[in-house]
Amino acid sequence: MSTPRVAVVGFAQAPNLASAGTTSGVETLVPVFRQALANAGLDRRDVDFWCSGSSDYLAGRAFSFVNAVDAIGAYPPICESHVEMDAAWAFYEAYVKILAGEAETALVYGFGKSSAGLLRRVLALQLDPYVVAPLWPDSVSVAALQARLALDAGIITEKAMAEVAARSRADAADNPYAQVRGPVDTDAPYLADPLRVHDCAPVSDGAAALVLASGDCALAAPQRAWITGVAHRIDPQGLGERDLTTVPSATAAAEAAGLPDDLDVAELHAPFTHQELLLRAALGLRDRVRINPSGGALCGNPMFSAGLARIGAAAEQVMSGRARRALGHATSGPALQQNLICVLDAETHEAEGREAE
Amino acid sequence: MLSAPLNIGFDYTRSLGPVLGRFMAGLRDRRVLGSRSADGRIHVPPLEYDPATHAPLTDLVEVASTGTVLSWTWTDHPLEGQPLDRPFGWALIRLDGADTAMLHAVDAGTRDRMQTGMRVHIRWSPERTGHIRDIECFEPGSAAPVPPSADTGEPVTIMTTPIRLSYTHTTSTDESRYLRALAEGRLLGQRCPVCHKVYVPPRVCPADGVPTEEEVPVRDHGTVTTFCVVNVPFPGQRLDPPYVVAQILLDGADIPIPHFVIGDAGQVRMGMRVAAVWRPPEDWTTTPENIVHFRPTGEPDAPYESFEEHL
Repeated sequence: MSTPRVAVVGFAQAPNLASAGTTSGVETLVPVFRQALANAGLDRRDVDFWCSGSSDYLAGRAFSFVNAVDAIGAYPPICESHVEMDAAWAFYEAYVKILAGEAETALVYGFGKSSAGLLRRVLALQLDPYVVAPLWPDSVSVAALQARLALDAGIITEKAMAEVAARSRADAADNPYAQVRGPVDTDAPYLADPLRVHDCAPVSDGAAALVLASGDCALAAPQRAWITGVAHRIDPQGLGERDLTTVPSATAAAEAAGLPDDLDVAELHAPFTHQELLLRAALGLRDRVRINPSGGALCGNPMFSAGLARIGAAAEQVMSGRARRALGHATSGPALQQNLICVLDAETHEAEGREAE
Repeated sequence: MLSAPLNIGFDYTRSLGPVLGRFMAGLRDRRVLGSRSADGRIHVPPLEYDPATHAPLTDLVEVASTGTVLSWTWTDHPLEGQPLDRPFGWALIRLDGADTAMLHAVDAGTRDRMQTGMRVHIRWSPERTGHIRDIECFEPGSAAPVPPSADTGEPVTIMTTPIRLSYTHTTSTDESRYLRALAEGRLLGQRCPVCHKVYVPPRVCPADGVPTEEEVPVRDHGTVTTFCVVNVPFPGQRLDPPYVVAQILLDGADIPIPHFVIGDAGQVRMGMRVAAVWRPPEDWTTTPENIVHFRPTGEPDAPYESFEEHL
């Protein structure tokens, strides 16, 4: 059996807002599904497989993702799955499902009301449950420890970090879904030394949906961005067990996915400015690669959909003809612990031998 | 839209196993143990398996209670549950004798006293139970080490970590209208524009995936579609068992709601007609608790065909 070729054929997202919608997120998803399916030229009943990413810790209750299935209209019964991770990893599951020949189309979605609790405190619970999480280190402080290591090592500078923030906010001016735009105050107080406000992604409520299709289904869609390589890798959990100034899992995932050296655009999921700089080095991105034309996660970081939205934004670059080859990247865990690489192309070619293909 | 505080709390109790159990027992006795991997490196906190060979690590060695800060940040406003309730530094600290760093708090007083490379030492908690919090925090400087207390020999097998989280739960516009109607003693349903089914409480139609829009008043009388008798006690239970929890299809609705049926409980059956028993009107607020329970009305049972679609 030949391996099916798979493409992104539709993407939609809700506006990134500081506070919006219900804790369940159902009504936020309804228009996002509708828009993503319309872009793909599909009806909801054409979708073979639905897969989502979200977290009970954001909603503050068990099995919160079950509510969201209402937004699908699960009658007649559907084929559905869920990951308690950013929906970029739900995308991975759906992609593999299609490669396995168990589906021709899939809709992947992520959602979450980050503002319902105190996000940086909630995120302490993703850390080692024996020796780290009981201290409740917040996510911004953990990122700050990484930033200082990179600054002390001379790998990055505060000036380069501010430039990342300024470029992101300038690009976000053209992104109607962005939450943060406008100038950077380089003398703003520290949120967690050495991270200032502009170095940190905002707390965002939102949702995103991505439609995948294979073979003839993909060719029949109004537009498509072919997926030519996908891989994800993870680094050790212990914050003191790895060199936080490098991102070996991103490098390994890029190699496994066959990241080409002639990329036009990269959408990097970097919720902190220093993390974009570390990722660019880990992925070997040249200066000519356009980074985050959407403004990136620094201008809107809805938990559990921001990674998927990077893949969606990269696919939109290809589908609109603005880019021929694009990278969508997603991260998960503290201090860039886990990384996913998705390579998108206007043409399908040389897909053999790549991971998960 | 209505919103309300949602505070949840629970304790994680975790089995520790042979490596972390000895590490925690060591902390209780004011000793820090690391695990030695095949390459000779000492990991603190200890790893349970060798990162290169994946063999179980059983060689635990004691390291010092003094160390060096490899990286740090500063917290002006400590959050609930963190080691200190006044401004403090977070740091990655490599204890003398260890090859890896651990994360903990440094009670430095002011940001100026924090710097990369600074020397710190452990301040032990006066009450130690075999938990990472037996290290209260670190203090600047290399103070004379506190001698370990006698090894009590008691193994530590479990650690308990309390989790307390606070949320603001937000309802949808339609749910808010439903709750406000409840505060006036009314039950409000909404009809799906596609399949025309009436949902109480309102929700996005789970069959069609579209928001329900048309408001439909629903009666506070209904039919038991199915039920169970609760005989098991559990924390937070409001009624003494045994009692009946039933699915009740309100007249005019297409989806049943779960509720208690009190009175003649032994006779509860599918098809039984019931009516809501409300709190006194002066106690009504925007909550489903305005209805205390349902009671049998004594009407003839509804025929099975009238609710067979709603089971």
